[in-house]
Amino acid sequence: MIVADKKPIEEIIDTVKDFRNILILGCNECVTVCEAGGKKEVGLLASALRMYFLQQGHEVNIGERTLERQCDHEYLEEIRDIIDQYDAVVSIACGVGVQFTAEKYHSKPVYPGVNTLFMGANEARGVWTERCQGCGQCILAVTGSICPVSRCAKRILNGPCGGSAAGKCEINKDVDCAWQLIIDRLKALGRLEEYESICPLKDWSSDRAGGPRKVVREDLKL
Amino acid sequence: MRLSYPTSIKIIRVPCTGKVDTLHIMRAFEKGADGVYVVGCREGDCHFNSGNFRAKKRVEQAKEILDSIGIGGNRVRMCNLSSSDGPLFVKYAAEMHDCICAAGPNPIKLAARKKATTEAGSTLAASG
Repeated sequence: MIVADKKPIEEIIDTVKDFRNILILGCNECVTVCEAGGKKEVGLLASALRMYFLQQGHEVNIGERTLERQCDHEYLEEIRDIIDQYDAVVSIACGVGVQFTAEKYHSKPVYPGVNTLFMGANEARGVWTERCQGCGQCILAVTGSICPVSRCAKRILNGPCGGSAAGKCEINKDVDCAWQLIIDRLKALGRLEEYESICPLKDWSSDRAGGPRKVVREDLKL
Repeated sequence: MRLSYPTSIKIIRVPCTGKVDTLHIMRAFEKGADGVYVVGCREGDCHFNSGNFRAKKRVEQAKEILDSIGIGGNRVRMCNLSSSDGPLFVKYAAEMHDCICAAGPNPIKLAARKKATTEAGSTLAASG
């Protein structure tokens, strides 16, 4: 899922302090699971903003709404009848949701309420770690299902490098060396000979380096 | 034991402190509570294993939010005791009461009153 973290309330307040009708817009998908932008967080942010503005002596109307998703037209349409009641929207969905809401409601300022971080997994309660960078050319089949693109600091495809020590990366002793993980996993799978084959040059044009990406599925298009 | 605790304290019963959400604490402040303290079982004694630990984290979250909006995180706290420990319950109640007396009324309550007085004044002026 897409992992995000809450922005400090002070930062959000500073962004919306001049508006008098503000809609806090949550998303029921990834940001709900990582407890950064779901219905509950909408309630918390709205409550904090209401109390802050009341203290400041400003009469500010704070609306709360959580959509099933903010990255789909049909769900964003659900706020069409109420959007005109607000001067600004604070979207606490991921960056995709913020942008899609802004595209949909062109004349309405939409501000982000979370920092979108990465595509990751929920390792333990309150712990999320990066697993995928969406490079567009998945090589997990030959790396024991452990991604060197997202989990190796250098993104090297034939590792480990000289910075690997005792299974940890030189950038931080708490970070596992992805290539050590790959070797351990291939060994456990009895496929260590695959490690011996040199990974060819990767086509990075499908990665972010090739500019904004797009998927067009003719089989699905209407 | 016939112990008494400050009359300013209103008890809201929950089946386990794990039921208490940060949002409940925030709503209490929005409604004018001067302080909120969550009294859970002793750490390690939760019937549901982690209810009181969850509550502790949520109290910390509320504390952080209240600090960031100028209400004061010192108005909220988590206490742990055994359900049969009446004297400790009274001690925590008295401590919380003293803490809130020192902090003064919830600024939200004052702001809401001020707003209501201003609105009543302007309505009066308009009708007069």
